[in-house]
Amino acid sequence: MIELDNVGYNYGGGELLSNVSVKLAPGSFHFLTGPSGAGKTTLLKLCYGALTPTSGRARAFNMDINGLDRDQMAFLRRRVGVVHQDCRFLDHLSVLENIALPLTVSGRDITQEEANLRELLTWVGLSERAHATPPELSGGERQRAALARSVILSPDVIIADEPTGNVDWEMSQRLLQLLVELNHMGKTVLVATHDLSLIRAAKKQVQARVLRISNRQLQQAGADL
Amino acid sequence: MSLSRLRNLIIGDAQADRVVPPSGFTAQLTLFVSGAMAFLAVFALALSLASGRLADRWADELARAATLRINAPAEQRAAQTEAALAILDQTPGVASARALSREEQAALLAPWFGAELPLDNLPVPQLIEVIEGEPGYDATGLRLRLQAEVPGAILDDHTRWRAPLVDAAQALRRLAWVSILLIGGATAAMITLAANAALAANAQVIEVLRLVGALDSYIAQAFIRRFTLRALVGASVGIVLGMVGVWLMPEASREGGFLTGLGFQGWTWLLPLLIPLLGAIVAFAATTRAANKRLGDLA
Ligand SMILES: Nc1ncnc2c1ncn2[C@@H]1O[C@H](COP(=O)(O)OP(=O)(O)OP(=O)(O)O)[C@@H](O)[C@H]1O
Ligand SMILES: [Mg+2]
Repeated sequence: MIELDNVGYNYGGGELLSNVSVKLAPGSFHFLTGPSGAGKTTLLKLCYGALTPTSGRARAFNMDINGLDRDQMAFLRRRVGVVHQDCRFLDHLSVLENIALPLTVSGRDITQEEANLRELLTWVGLSERAHATPPELSGGERQRAALARSVILSPDVIIADEPTGNVDWEMSQRLLQLLVELNHMGKTVLVATHDLSLIRAAKKQVQARVLRISNRQLQQAGADL
Repeated sequence: MSLSRLRNLIIGDAQADRVVPPSGFTAQLTLFVSGAMAFLAVFALALSLASGRLADRWADELARAATLRINAPAEQRAAQTEAALAILDQTPGVASARALSREEQAALLAPWFGAELPLDNLPVPQLIEVIEGEPGYDATGLRLRLQAEVPGAILDDHTRWRAPLVDAAQALRRLAWVSILLIGGATAAMITLAANAALAANAQVIEVLRLVGALDSYIAQAFIRRFTLRALVGASVGIVLGMVGVWLMPEASREGGFLTGLGFQGWTWLLPLLIPLLGAIVAFAATTRAANKRLGDLA
């Protein structure tokens, strides 16, 4: 589905990632971990085409991401659901409209998707908050809304950057459960987190592989987790 | 542009309209500028039509004949007429010259003295109609020659003094058209500025829209639609006010000439209706250009 082949990246300073290779097989569940500033967000951005590698190649759905024009990039974004570390909502729209935004911008009539939307809101437990605006949401509600938006177009791949970043243990279990459910539906899932207890909890529910960034390299984490 | 995009542009899509937050000051700027410019354009248009009409009318009168009057005692009248015709015949710039017949002269005088006027008994001057050629004749030279050879001849070319006025009216019409072009250009520049400000203010929104898979054409459309509609609304208000202003001008009279004729007549009242349409087209083009450029830069 998504494949990095000997990818290197730097923001203009020193090399942040070098010789990173990873392959996300369809239906797989991956965790990406590493200390803050190691380059987790950067690696995810390379996976969904927000950044182009300074060396090596990134491929998604058998297309070279480097070679995509802006329109093709937009279509790639519709096939990969992303939960951003800072959620990225439009504050002038309601929670419901934000969740429906991928539908709106792809020209779908959201009045015809109302049943889907309502089901999705119930799934993430935000039925009551549909008409609030994003600044009115709590941290956990924001994360769940972001997750709902990332799956509204039924993408094959879901990439989540610190989805449990600022929520309590109970809420992080709730979010994890949603991600696991998506994986059981056949979606490919990649989650960046520095929360090792989350990874341990997940390992009881799914067959998850854990990747760790250290010293600019990507390593397969061992059984110590 | 495909038909569905055109449909979307006109009818719009309530959802798509909401994705870009309404931005106060660029909206007001666009409304005000297109309204004010449309108002000015109505006057420029009225000016160009009025000066055009005036130029046509005066030019038409100019093209008509000058008159040569022969004031001579009855017994010399025929001889002097002969002589004058001979001179006119030789004068360069005179296309043709013809003595009016007795009946024609009677007809000219009839409105004043009645049809039964016994012309033969009255010392009525003989009239000669002179049609000017292109280029015209030298009036001063002709007068001098007539004075020497036909003492009773008086050349009346009263419409000639209007020639520079016709030029002035035509120049005024050209100026009015230049003004309309400048108004269009200034509108385009201001709307480009407003659109750029709106695009810059919404850089974050644009980024989020891209993250969720919006095509650049979709994002551009949201801005283009907004600015086009604002220009259309602003210009419509502007022309209504402008047309009321023109309508309140005093009625045109033939003698009042220029100032009172500064209005629309008949079907030309429909012409200002084109202004909002043109304004919308200008806004559409300006915003399209600005959006495409800025979205390219933001890539
Ligand atoms: N746009 C940028 N320009 C320059 N440097 C950047 C940029 N984005 C990130 N960096 C730097 O690259 C490094 C890796 O950033 P990244 O966000 O990938 O880390 P991370 O592993 O996601 O950290 P965290 O766990 O805190 O989210 C950091 O040192 C950061 O300062
Ligand atoms: Mg990060």
